[in-house]
Amino acid sequence: MNKYLFYPGCSMEGSARAYYESLKAIQPALTMELEEIEDWNCCGATEYLSINLIPAYSLIARNLALAAQQKNGTDTVMAPCSACYLNLEKADYYMAERPALGEKVNEALAAGGLHYEPGSVQIRHLVDVIINDIGLETVKSKVVRPLTGLRVAPYLGCMVPRPDFAKRWSDHEHPSELDDLMKALGAEVIDFPMKTSCCGGHMTQIGPETAYELIRRLVAAAEEQGADIMVTMCPMCQMNLDAYQGETNRHFGTNYHMPIVFFTQLMAVAFGIDPKQAGFGLELVSAKDALARIGLKAPEEQKPTPARKKPEGLPMPKPLPKKYASGQTVVEE
Amino acid sequence: MAPAETVLTQGAGLKKPEDLTLLHEVAEATAGVSHLEMCIQCGTCGGSCPSAADMDHTPRALFAMLRAGMREEVLRSNTPWICVSCYHCVVRCPQEVHIADVMYTLKSMAIKAKKYTDSKPPDFSQTFVGMVETFGRSFELGLATRFYLTHQPLRLPGMAGMGLGMLTKKRMNLTPNRIKNMDQLTAILEKAKTLELTS
Amino acid sequence: MSEQKPKIGVYVCHCGSNIAGMVDVENVRDWAQETLGKDGVVVSRDYKFMCSSLGQELIEKDIKELGLERVVVAACSPHLHEKTFRTASERAGLNPYLTELVSIREQVSWVHTDKDVATEKSKALVSGAVHRVAYNTELQPLKVPINPNTLVVGGGIAGIQAALEIANAGFHVYLVEREPSIGGHMAQFDKTFPTLDCSACILTPRMVEAGTHPNITLLTWSEVMSVSGYVGNFNVTIKKKARYVNEELCTGCGICVEKCPQKVIDDVYEAGLGYRKVIYTPFAQAVPKYPVLDRPNCTFFKNGKCKACEKFCPTNAIDFTQEDQYLNVEVGNIILATGYDLFDARRVTNYGYGRLPNVFTSLEFERMSNAAGPTGGEITLRDGKTKPETVGIIHCVGSRDKNFNNYCSSICCMQSLKFAHLVKERTGATVYEFYIDMRTPMKAYDEFYQRVLEEGTLFVRGKVAEVTNATHGPHEKGKLIIQVEDTLVGKQRRIPVDMVILSVGMEPRHDAKQVGQMFGISCSSDGWYIERHPKLDPVTTMTEGILIAGCASGPKDIPASVAQGAAAAARVLDKILQKEVELEPIRATVDEAKCSGCRICNNLCPFNAISFLDDLAVTRINPALCQGCGTCVAACPAGAISGTGFSNEQIFAQIEGLLMGV
Ligand SMILES: Cc1cc2nc3c(=O)[nH]c(=O)nc-3n(C[C@H](O)[C@H](O)[C@H](O)COP(=O)(O)OP(=O)(O)OC[C@H]3O[C@@H](n4cnc5c(N)ncnc54)[C@H](O)[C@@H]3O)c2cc1C
Ligand code: SF4
Ligand code: SF4
Ligand code: SF4
Ligand code: SF4
Ligand code: SF4
Ligand code: SF4
Repeated sequence: MNKYLFYPGCSMEGSARAYYESLKAIQPALTMELEEIEDWNCCGATEYLSINLIPAYSLIARNLALAAQQKNGTDTVMAPCSACYLNLEKADYYMAERPALGEKVNEALAAGGLHYEPGSVQIRHLVDVIINDIGLETVKSKVVRPLTGLRVAPYLGCMVPRPDFAKRWSDHEHPSELDDLMKALGAEVIDFPMKTSCCGGHMTQIGPETAYELIRRLVAAAEEQGADIMVTMCPMCQMNLDAYQGETNRHFGTNYHMPIVFFTQLMAVAFGIDPKQAGFGLELVSAKDALARIGLKAPEEQKPTPARKKPEGLPMPKPLPKKYASGQTVVEE
Repeated sequence: MAPAETVLTQGAGLKKPEDLTLLHEVAEATAGVSHLEMCIQCGTCGGSCPSAADMDHTPRALFAMLRAGMREEVLRSNTPWICVSCYHCVVRCPQEVHIADVMYTLKSMAIKAKKYTDSKPPDFSQTFVGMVETFGRSFELGLATRFYLTHQPLRLPGMAGMGLGMLTKKRMNLTPNRIKNMDQLTAILEKAKTLELTS
Repeated sequence: MSEQKPKIGVYVCHCGSNIAGMVDVENVRDWAQETLGKDGVVVSRDYKFMCSSLGQELIEKDIKELGLERVVVAACSPHLHEKTFRTASERAGLNPYLTELVSIREQVSWVHTDKDVATEKSKALVSGAVHRVAYNTELQPLKVPINPNTLVVGGGIAGIQAALEIANAGFHVYLVEREPSIGGHMAQFDKTFPTLDCSACILTPRMVEAGTHPNITLLTWSEVMSVSGYVGNFNVTIKKKARYVNEELCTGCGICVEKCPQKVIDDVYEAGLGYRKVIYTPFAQAVPKYPVLDRPNCTFFKNGKCKACEKFCPTNAIDFTQEDQYLNVEVGNIILATGYDLFDARRVTNYGYGRLPNVFTSLEFERMSNAAGPTGGEITLRDGKTKPETVGIIHCVGSRDKNFNNYCSSICCMQSLKFAHLVKERTGATVYEFYIDMRTPMKAYDEFYQRVLEEGTLFVRGKVAEVTNATHGPHEKGKLIIQVEDTLVGKQRRIPVDMVILSVGMEPRHDAKQVGQMFGISCSSDGWYIERHPKLDPVTTMTEGILIAGCASGPKDIPASVAQGAAAAARVLDKILQKEVELEPIRATVDEAKCSGCRICNNLCPFNAISFLDDLAVTRINPALCQGCGTCVAACPAGAISGTGFSNEQIFAQIEGLLMGV
């Protein structure tokens, strides 16, 4: 049993309810024990930092301090939300890198009877623990309804693989973790060139035109590459691409229809869990057609391997083997 | 202090000597070690930025302006407000400048000096922070309604469908969640507001 | 030691303000005179520059007039001027080993910020030296003959140049190259900047000369396995890897290569852009001409079938039973000219190399533009057919970047300009160059930049942020998009191109560290071999008799590599012509009466200087091999070994002196 201190983050109870529900649905299969951090507070998203630095970091650090107190057979804090993950990680890192910041934050925490020593907990994202602790083999062994034929565009968004102070990800620009997780479910994964590009973040609120353009690029790229569905690991990305896709279409006079769901939702479905329980139906850009592709189609027959072709043109360099934090080397087929 | 240099810029008049240490001031107020003085003006940041087209200055240009002590122009720039914190520039910068965090610093400096030109972004942040300071959690519905009513009432009708969708699908709560130990959080934040980052 | 203290002179140097800026030199001088008088100091002086001829004369005069028996100079590091002051003493008739140098610059003034503390530390160091020097004894330097043969490791242009210079002067050279042919990187290029002369045309004559020179033993497909000994007398073991071709019989006809049915990608010479046979010579002008059979890929070695090469060889030269050979050679000097590797462009994932087919590295482009290369000199996209209409060349890939290598690779600006010219000349394509700074400082280099400007290449000042196939609209479809800030305009630009060339930087050889260790030299933090002095002594190292040339010590162009090869050769010839070399007499000796024969020290010596005399049951040290490292001295449980110049008396006296003020 892998145990984690769980920091859900505000959106899990609201806009990202599908994420929470699907996570709960697959948790038993993944033998994951989640112990919620008692009385956690909002991480401040990207907003508090713009207003006032010390309160912003103190707000985040209260969670770290609570987690450190609650350590109970584990010192790993798992956060499924990208912004939360980044804020927690950044606070932990900067408090150590700039001792002056650490001191000030602790001075503030002391006013609430708390203290946090940077480095006393590990902060990790859900995808990271699934890949590196639970392992793709376990995931594969739980698949009863492979997603054969479903063309998935893996979309990580920006804040998890970057800045990645703790070097937990295989790459900043084209990490392969989410791709490999989707492949383990049997999906056909497209090499999505914008997998870590920005969804617009809070610009949907304060500068919608900037955001619409970023959303359009992502949705257009996924469609151009022939994806049936995008999967994400970030509530903000899901919200922006799902809830604002309509507005984006209106703005540009386009007609995109690109459903985007959480990766946990596809895991749940592949594990044989009922789509409704996996949070399907909560998305505004319906994933019905994408679901139909796996629901209706019988698993495809094994295609015969094509005869080896004579090399044509100039040879390509071999891809650089990527390494997961756990030391596993990712094999490209 | 360097001999009082005079930099003549259009409309801005003579630079005050304290402006010549602007770069240092920003570096000091930034979380972590900013490496701002190490910028080689290569433009990787401006090239990486997904929303550069909407910025009045690229991040690189902004850093050159910091060096030149152009306080007024920097604090009035919309660049920090357009930054979406995607960290593309941060991981690519050849000099390890904490660009995204410098943007946060510039935003808070602009708020303090009341220099921002568009009040939407700081108000959105302030509204969000207000929710967090009241409940300890964010409250999407409250945030959306309050913010849209003041700033973008015209956008509301177009968005009604989406908002309704979010509500009927229970992706927005009608009432805020609140943490238990709000007193503790308030005490921490009140204390924090009296502190400033210097080394 | 007699009761009578020897007469000691103390000389404190200001080194301009280098020392005097942080140490109160006069105070140290007076203190030495007053406090150390009882320890034998009869005179104490200070001087602005002790190393100047006037400073040295001061010491010489005192030795002669005051009858000094010992000298202590407090100045810079012994590294720099120990020899200067010992020679000065010698001129005045004092054995040089009775002079000690105390470093109050590198170890005091340059590293401290508190003048009082620095001054006190200087006094302590001077006092230590004064106490120690009283116990110094007269020593005579050892002279050993120099073996006139030289080993050159690496047959790139730098190594070839060094080998030819020495061989032409009449001395023998072993030239060891790990690949099947000499030539190095230069053999892969088509044209060379800034004059655009054909690389093969200027290189091949040198290669042939090296391959046929009576004074050069060329050992290709070979590697050095071990080195022992010291300057003048190195013993080197070289592995000559099995070629599976008998060099005595082979005529280099190439029939075996033609008949071999197996092709593999050539990662070395063709930079992964082309194929070669399993039995192969890397290129037509290869020296030597004998092919090499690549055993791991050979069908016969894998399945026991094939042998086509053997069947068709007209001279029966194929020999599947050949084994690696080990040769032992004795040489007096060694030149390392092992060159560089290229930065792995796949590491910059935002440039898409390895993912986006039409992104190429500089070396791939060199092969592509070479008439003998995989496309016959045609510049094409990865499909091998389509000519690009727009090409983007990106500078500084992996260089000047804290995420990768910090240093400037120094040749890639020029090499990029060369590419722009070649692309224009061969395809007429529109060419963009993306640079941070244009670095064209050598002879005729900036003129070349001017020429490329004139040819219409479009320069964009900005480090490219990304190369992507994700389009922002139909106008970008099917193109590679280069996203960059044009810093001179202050705007982000997205430039659609067909082909991208990455000017990757040079890196130290992947095995530079291990190879360096084998030869007893070290690498900088970037991994390049460290020269004895970066400005004044760029081709020698801290290890006597081991020299470096070419890109082994850092990025360089061909003219600089050639100049270094020649310079290293001149240094070696200088040593050879001296016929013998003086070795420092700092050696360990065994007091055979005290040696218990325990043999604990026997295997500790890193220079294999210790042998055990079975008949006498004692250990003895070969003074020519011993480097005076002191390992055995510390290890001997009977205290039977002592190090000249580092006797117990000297060390204890120095410690006592150091602690005097405490
Ligand atoms: C793409 C590109 C284009 C260039 N174009 C130009 C140009 O136009 N003009 C110009 O002046 N310069 C140019 N240069 C620079 C030029 O390549 C170098 O200055 C020159 O090749 C350096 O020669 P070298 O002998 O030091 O090293 P190398 O050419 O690298 O040769 C080293 C040799 O040592 C061998 N070796 C390495 N390790 C061992 C070992 N342990 N044992 C035995 N052998 C070993 C290698 O196999 C190799 O043969 C270019 C460089 C690049 C990357
Ligand atoms: S990427 Fe870094 S070094 Fe380059 S301009 Fe931006 S901040 Fe400066
Ligand atoms: S972090 Fe901000 S400044 Fe940097 S690339 Fe992203 S949006 Fe631009
Ligand atoms: S035996 Fe090996 S090298 Fe010879 S022809 Fe066959 S595959 Fe080629
Ligand atoms: S066929 Fe025989 S003689 Fe000719 S190159 Fe090959 S081994 Fe040498
Ligand atoms: S030589 Fe030019 S391209 Fe190469 S690292 Fe230096 S500045 Fe960059
Ligand atoms: S001092 Fe001893 S261990 Fe060191 S080189 Fe001499 S004999 Fe060998």
